[in-house]
Amino acid sequence: MSLDYVKFSNGFEKFMPKEYRDMVEHGPFGKKVTVSQMGSFKEVLEEHPMCAGCAMTLFIRLAMIAFPNPEDTITVGTAGCGRLAISQAAIPFVYGNYGDQNGVASGLSRGLRLRFGDKPKDVVVMAGDGGTADIGLQQVLHSWFRKERFTTIMLDNEVYGNTGGQESGMTNRGAVLKMAPLGKKFEKMNMVELAKVAGCAYVATVVPNNPRRVESVIKKAVLVAREIGPSYIQAYTSCNIEYAIPTDKVMEDAKAVENDRYQFQEYITDEAKQYLTERYGYKEFLAKSAAPAASIPGKG
Amino acid sequence: MSETEVKTNPQGDPIVGVATPKTEVRKDPHAEAKKQRVVTPEYMFFEAPRTREFITGSEAAKEAIRRSNVDLAIAYPITPQSETMQLVGVLYGEGYVKEYYRGEEEVGVMAAIAGGSRAGVRCFTATAGPGTLRGLEGIASWPGHRLPAVALFTCRVVNAPLAIQPDNVEMAYLINCGMIVLHAENQQDVFDFIMAGFVIGEKNDVTLPVGVCCDGFFVTHARGYVRMQDRGIKLPPRDPWRGAVPVLDAENPPARLSRDAPVQKSNFMAYNIHAVWQQEVWAAVERSRKYITRYLGGLLTAENVEDADAVIIASGSAVAQSREAVRLCKEKGFNVGLIKIRSIRPFPTKELRELCAKAKLIVVPEFNYIGWLAREVATAIYGYSRARIIGGPRVYGGQSMPVELIVDEVESGLTGKKSSNVALSQIMGGMVNPEEVAHFMRSI
Repeated sequence: MSLDYVKFSNGFEKFMPKEYRDMVEHGPFGKKVTVSQMGSFKEVLEEHPMCAGCAMTLFIRLAMIAFPNPEDTITVGTAGCGRLAISQAAIPFVYGNYGDQNGVASGLSRGLRLRFGDKPKDVVVMAGDGGTADIGLQQVLHSWFRKERFTTIMLDNEVYGNTGGQESGMTNRGAVLKMAPLGKKFEKMNMVELAKVAGCAYVATVVPNNPRRVESVIKKAVLVAREIGPSYIQAYTSCNIEYAIPTDKVMEDAKAVENDRYQFQEYITDEAKQYLTERYGYKEFLAKSAAPAASIPGKG
Repeated sequence: MSETEVKTNPQGDPIVGVATPKTEVRKDPHAEAKKQRVVTPEYMFFEAPRTREFITGSEAAKEAIRRSNVDLAIAYPITPQSETMQLVGVLYGEGYVKEYYRGEEEVGVMAAIAGGSRAGVRCFTATAGPGTLRGLEGIASWPGHRLPAVALFTCRVVNAPLAIQPDNVEMAYLINCGMIVLHAENQQDVFDFIMAGFVIGEKNDVTLPVGVCCDGFFVTHARGYVRMQDRGIKLPPRDPWRGAVPVLDAENPPARLSRDAPVQKSNFMAYNIHAVWQQEVWAAVERSRKYITRYLGGLLTAENVEDADAVIIASGSAVAQSREAVRLCKEKGFNVGLIKIRSIRPFPTKELRELCAKAKLIVVPEFNYIGWLAREVATAIYGYSRARIIGGPRVYGGQSMPVELIVDEVESGLTGKKSSNVALSQIMGGMVNPEEVAHFMRSI
């Protein structure tokens, strides 16, 4: 977990671009930064080619701030809007074929464990709803069944945004989109329940208008995936282009969607609770009452 | 007193519904693997004493993996080649392979091989026919991502209707991916090519995947003599930092590393980056020639070509059939040479131009319908040889190749006393006449 690789070689500092110097001097590597400190440090993701008002970009920035060890994290993505931003971050990023992200991450995380043993190398998959629930579903589910130890984050904008607004499995029933001219004819896929059934140790849904919560669930998901098992975060990250959400109404939309179908849910296994409590000092899982073992209903 | 019945699988392990904890204290199953000693590739390939065993092609692949210091092997069943990957599973149980699992299907397996190779570990998988084509999107992306790994393709019918028989048409797809493609004739080749494949593919100026192909069933299920080094030695481990591109382990500067270049912008620079990248992949294929020559003794071997009346050019199982055909031809009084092509990518173009400069008749027998090798040969020697090229005989769909078919083509080509079984459109070169040229152009 040497930070040397982000530092300057002697004598080269003055030749490095300002962006890079800022990253070394004011970046998050080797420090503990939080979303409440945003603006006071250099984020790993700043410049990006995403549309104005893109909630997905805000979510990706928040998620990257939440990574417990950004200097030892590798992200894996796939075709979709998200990868246009993720690939701009100061974190190694793998971009393979469409829908293969959980397969790639399986080999990657196993390979890194072979080479680095217990030294944490966090693998985090960030892919869209099409990449995760449609074309990549088989590899996503099987990586969970196999208990692959990495985090899967779905950037759910409920549409194929990057290809121009086609229906996805995560689109709501009835929505009229390209390839659904009469409205989508089946329900939004319940990936949260699939994740639980398939054996994820930590599952949460989240919207980007609550940065502290985004930070909290991402951190837990990545830590749980280090040793306990797969973790899954499903984030509503609206497409303000395809759903024509006015730029200044994006957060209002997120709030409305949160109330409608994206209420906060968090599921964590007893083993993961114990691990977070004992290893990382989490206090929220300490027994206060005889709460149900596996499911904690959402609250602010 | 009833006898207890113990069911065992082909590896001799007891078959039980639920794995039972072992009660007796047994010796460390990894003990032998832990004692393995690393040797240089040069010692392994050229100096290490070898002993001969009569084993199947799948067992030859297993024994190659045992000595190749493989980190990660990912398996998926397919008939008839699943034996290879389950035998590699036995090696995992014995500690010779560090990590192993049964993947969900070939798309997932090829993706995970790509992930493992990016992590910097030595990876191996094997598949065949429909599995190859199912995984082809992933396989075709390995060279562009510069991912060293070895994949064994034990070729099988891919066309409908479904069949499980040998047919190497899938190689026609693999040779255009930008990976190194070797074609093994027999069990010995499978053993040697796999081991050399790891060393060649991981060379800094290569950094490419290597596909080792053989004709499934004929080679994988049949036995042959294989000369092997002692199982107590193995190749050096992969040194991931020697690759032409950095591995994705968050240990390499710069911190920001999107190795898979964002070239999807629609502008000249994006097109140019992609074009240059493709050129570099194929340049790396070219640079592998010297290593194939060093570790395998050349991209091809030639026997008795100099003064031959006719030359048979073949790869894979067709070489074995051709060797017998050469013997039968000799009995009939024809002096026939044999060129065995080991490396299809890179292709031994220069060697063939020299070897075929004086040839009058070339016969290219193949185990597929489309005749990809005949096209390769004709393209390579076009303008360098006046030989008439018979693109056949061809068998496919699982047919075996009677050597008489090859002998007939030699005899027909040399004497005209036999009639050819090869379609006119597959006869190329020689005395040029417009009709034949038209057929040639239609067939390429």
